[in-house]
Amino acid sequence: MTPVKISIAASIASLLLLLIVFELIRGRRLKERYALLWIATGLVLLVLSAWRGGLNTIAGWMGVSTYPPAILFAVATLFVIIVLLYYSTVLSKLADENTVLAQELSLLRERLDGLEARE
Amino acid sequence: MNEGRVIAIVPAYNEAGAIAGIVDEIRAFDSAFDVVVVDDGSTDATASVAASRGAAVVVLPFNLGIGGAVQTGFKYALEHRYELAVRLDGDGQHDPAELPKLLAPVRNGEADIVTGSRFAGHDSYRPPFARRIGITWFARLVSLLIHQRLTDTTSGFQALNRKGIALFAGDYPSDYPEVEATLLVHKHRLRLVEVPVRMREREHGESSITFARSVYYVFKVTLALFVAMARKVTLPEQEAAPR
Repeated sequence: MTPVKISIAASIASLLLLLIVFELIRGRRLKERYALLWIATGLVLLVLSAWRGGLNTIAGWMGVSTYPPAILFAVATLFVIIVLLYYSTVLSKLADENTVLAQELSLLRERLDGLEARE
Repeated sequence: MNEGRVIAIVPAYNEAGAIAGIVDEIRAFDSAFDVVVVDDGSTDATASVAASRGAAVVVLPFNLGIGGAVQTGFKYALEHRYELAVRLDGDGQHDPAELPKLLAPVRNGEADIVTGSRFAGHDSYRPPFARRIGITWFARLVSLLIHQRLTDTTSGFQALNRKGIALFAGDYPSDYPEVEATLLVHKHRLRLVEVPVRMREREHGESSITFARSVYYVFKVTLALFVAMARKVTLPEQEAAPR
């Protein structure tokens, strides 16, 4: 069985994560679309931390009999990997868009310089 | 507005020492050529030197790398409706005297894109050993993938017609772009022809590719090739069916 102290500590940590994410959205420092994955992470971890029976059952399915909180680590790691992968795609898209903007800007400036020189 | 005209695209990064000579040479070769120099975020006087020689100069606000710079040139050529484009590197390796060989197959309709190869002829240019391995690897791999024998897929010395210009303006890979671009040409069913050309030693500056980088590029580009093979073809806007 999961030690009670761990359940309490993990629940507080999950709540803190949710609170921080909420505050960041409220202060417009984090866009909702990028916050969704973090909110999902916080909620799943909160449920698994607080619902001790559920964590034990899942640990049983996974064949983890000695230390159920290991499932918390596994789930947290999984979510962090998903978030990172998602951010890599966001970054790649931004880099592509950045390139297009730089190209368009330089072409427009060349055209503008030409027009001004003609005047 | 530029029917039948040829644009020479010259990407340049910190080539203030060589760029004037290249622009002059292209002009001397054929005064009817327009020249556009794409300054890829240089920190030296590349842009002003090129402009003083009468080239159109497109200045990128920061360094995009060779692929982004070359693509800017193709976008310029497309916007200004050039019929033909040639691409020469800004370091003086590509000799304008070889341009007729590149342009001939495009002009007589045999090819959409012509690449000048350093190895297709007899008078072989001898790059350093490590680089030769990389060049050979890509040539073999790409030849295998597209079922067409090519000897130099890393050469940036090219001539293109409108179809080629439109393709590359719409989609061009980033670093070491020529290898991947070859595959792109194949997937869009454009006709690619290689012709043997002589290339010169660099006149100024160092090649931008160090040994560690070339190893990294070999892996990166090989991965990109296989990904590109698996990718769906998205035609650039200009080729898409009119609505």
